[in-house]
Amino acid sequence: MLHTTTPQLILSIATHFLVPLAIAPLFPGIINKVKAAMAGRRGPPLRQPYLDIFKLLRKTLVISNTTTWIFFAGPLVAVGAMLAVELLIPIGSSPAPIHFAGDVILFVYLFAAARFFTTSAALDTGSSFEGMGAAREVSFAVVSEAALIFSLLIMIRFSSGLSLNTLLLAPFKQGSVGPRLMAAVGLFVFLLAETSRVPVDDPDTHLELTMIHEVMVLDHSGPLLAAVQYASSLRLLILINLVLLFIGPPHTGIPILSWVLFILEASATAVLVGIIESVMARLPLRHVPTLLAAAAVLSGLGFILALR
Amino acid sequence: MNTPAYRDTMLAITGGRAVLRADIPVLPMSAFQDAIANAVAKDGCRVVTHFGLPDPTSDELIVLYAVLAHDHTGRLYISATSAPRSGYPSLTPRCFQMHLFERQIAENLAVPLHGHPWLKPVAFPGSVDRRAERSSPFAGADDKVGIMDFYHIDGGQVHEVAVGPIHAGVIEPGHFRFQCDGETILHLEISLGYQHRGVQRALKGGPNKRSWHYAETLCGDSTIAHGCAYAQNVEALASCRVSPRAAAIRGIALELERIANHVGDLGGLAKDAAFLPTASYCGRIRGDFLNMTAMLCGNRFGRGLVKVGGTGFDIDDQLRAELLRRLADAQQNLLPAVELLWNTPSVTARFEHTGILPRKTALELGVVGVAARACGIDMDSRRDHPSGIYRFTHLPVVTAQGGDVLSRAYVRGLEIQHSIAFVREQLQSLPSGDTFTPFAALGADMFAVSLQESWRGELCHAVLTDADGRFEHYNITDPSIHNWFGLAMAMRGGQISDFPLCNKSFSLSYCGCDL
Repeated sequence: MLHTTTPQLILSIATHFLVPLAIAPLFPGIINKVKAAMAGRRGPPLRQPYLDIFKLLRKTLVISNTTTWIFFAGPLVAVGAMLAVELLIPIGSSPAPIHFAGDVILFVYLFAAARFFTTSAALDTGSSFEGMGAAREVSFAVVSEAALIFSLLIMIRFSSGLSLNTLLLAPFKQGSVGPRLMAAVGLFVFLLAETSRVPVDDPDTHLELTMIHEVMVLDHSGPLLAAVQYASSLRLLILINLVLLFIGPPHTGIPILSWVLFILEASATAVLVGIIESVMARLPLRHVPTLLAAAAVLSGLGFILALR
Repeated sequence: MNTPAYRDTMLAITGGRAVLRADIPVLPMSAFQDAIANAVAKDGCRVVTHFGLPDPTSDELIVLYAVLAHDHTGRLYISATSAPRSGYPSLTPRCFQMHLFERQIAENLAVPLHGHPWLKPVAFPGSVDRRAERSSPFAGADDKVGIMDFYHIDGGQVHEVAVGPIHAGVIEPGHFRFQCDGETILHLEISLGYQHRGVQRALKGGPNKRSWHYAETLCGDSTIAHGCAYAQNVEALASCRVSPRAAAIRGIALELERIANHVGDLGGLAKDAAFLPTASYCGRIRGDFLNMTAMLCGNRFGRGLVKVGGTGFDIDDQLRAELLRRLADAQQNLLPAVELLWNTPSVTARFEHTGILPRKTALELGVVGVAARACGIDMDSRRDHPSGIYRFTHLPVVTAQGGDVLSRAYVRGLEIQHSIAFVREQLQSLPSGDTFTPFAALGADMFAVSLQESWRGELCHAVLTDADGRFEHYNITDPSIHNWFGLAMAMRGGQISDFPLCNKSFSLSYCGCDL
């Protein structure tokens, strides 16, 4: 997309950065609404995640004596990494404002950095629950990251660059549908795992022993917990966006229309997540790596097909 | 075939009957212990309860009572022995079912038991008074609530996880100490006893105005079952015969209690597996059954429904028609919700092979109720030791073979259906007559024992009266006392992340163990 004037460029960058920040908490709200509707309940209002975040921001922090600065760094790095990712990845049909050859690697590493600091903050509390959560998070990530990397490799094979903008925008022109669909399915499982949804994790449970993500932030409170929740909303939106990019977003050429279409598509994906969560039980924890490995294998097969 | 020796030395009775204390054979300690060990090991008896009380004639002695159940013949075997306060050898190494009972005796009567493999208090000391009461063998060792020795495994890879006593849900206090190797549980120790209710002590000297209310609130979700057990004991002591109509209403209430709790548990299991449809349905339908109990007596948990001598409330024709209609409605709603559990592969995959309690272990531990039937153990007090309405109407006993969460859920699902059929049948053919039979004073120097199959499993009330016909000792054995260790064994070698689901599948009581 070419930008003729500087104000237009600034407007487009501002939109790219700010719109996702504003709408991110909407999607957990949509998932909860779908789950409530499937269960015959009215459910919390769509704006509930916003209200929760504002409520938490007004609260004071309760901090354990055993923690150090790492405890603070966890949620802050998680938010920071997601903000950086948001600038690196095309959203809908809006190209990423920051792009350079190899930014795809930075993209993967930013997820890893957020994970590293979240798990470190969990270990920092010295709680056995949080230690278990951190161990689960890291060991599952070994498998699930493979799905992400294989999916990106497929797009690298189909395009001629190493920048997310060239990889992901307008993929209808590049490569065959099969590998891209396989990658999208693999990425969807990656999304479920990363955002602690059923069948990998249960976001609603109060049972610490079964949690993965939630258990790592049990000790966080007030604004830090708000940061955790905001970061996970952003992560959900970014990953939904990534899945949509693989299937291929409509390219209308009119920015406002594209954004509206993107929000509708993202909402539909959130509804799908909500439906999956409403109709199936969670996997036993020992079977989770099998599911993640299946996703990685699917993406890997897609990559092999793409190599032909 | 030779009759086993214990049948000659112990007194055989059936549940819900009172006997003179003088008729209970007092055996020498070694004969008492041999009889129990042989009956359990060789003849398939279960230890129903075992308790001790101070000997009124001597400060140096205590009196121990044991009640065994032989399920095939429907007999209970009772005997007593005298033991010195200075200590005696523990029977637990030979008969594992005694372990918790012996710990309670050691704690309550300050008697050291020699050779008990894990002798420590069952409850934490409550008030300063109780701490002062407690002398050897636990003197000074445990001054603070929550401080206790736990089984500990050393090793570089082993980590310890402590859960509770304060939990994330609104439940009662209980502490769970896991020794884990990664995600695998090597050992789980469960420590209850935070509540210091003192109900058994408060029941001493009864019956008085309060006794009934204590009995009814022993365990809130088993109000009817505990109420029936208490009422049956007092009725047996007072030679009161309950009218058929009252017995039928008690049966209806017991089964409604069972249905409501089983429905709630199936919903809870679905919720713990993150399966929303059944969780949502069952949460509501449980309320339908609780409301039926409320229609009987005005309280959703059935308080005040049972009373000594009969029931506090009658069922008129209008209420009967309304109950039948609601029962049909609730059944129609419930069956698809429960079927959904068995027909959803992700749910059965989650339940199957999770938390397996081997049949042999269950028999050794004397596990009762749903947990036992899910291991293929064909036992049900309603059939084996029937009282009240169950002497005339039989409910099929449901068993499953897996011993896992799926089996425990499946047994519940089928029991709900049988119970609904039973309630319908009883409502349709309710005997005529009064619901209350007046009764006289309680017999003096008697012993009565009453077994009830609560929804959780067999519960036992045993009572001794003094020369004035007052309760000298009232002993309550909730099914949870038999089953908590079963849960610990089911978790051994399992995944720590499966614990909440397994815990729900046993669905045991905390307060029922802290009397």
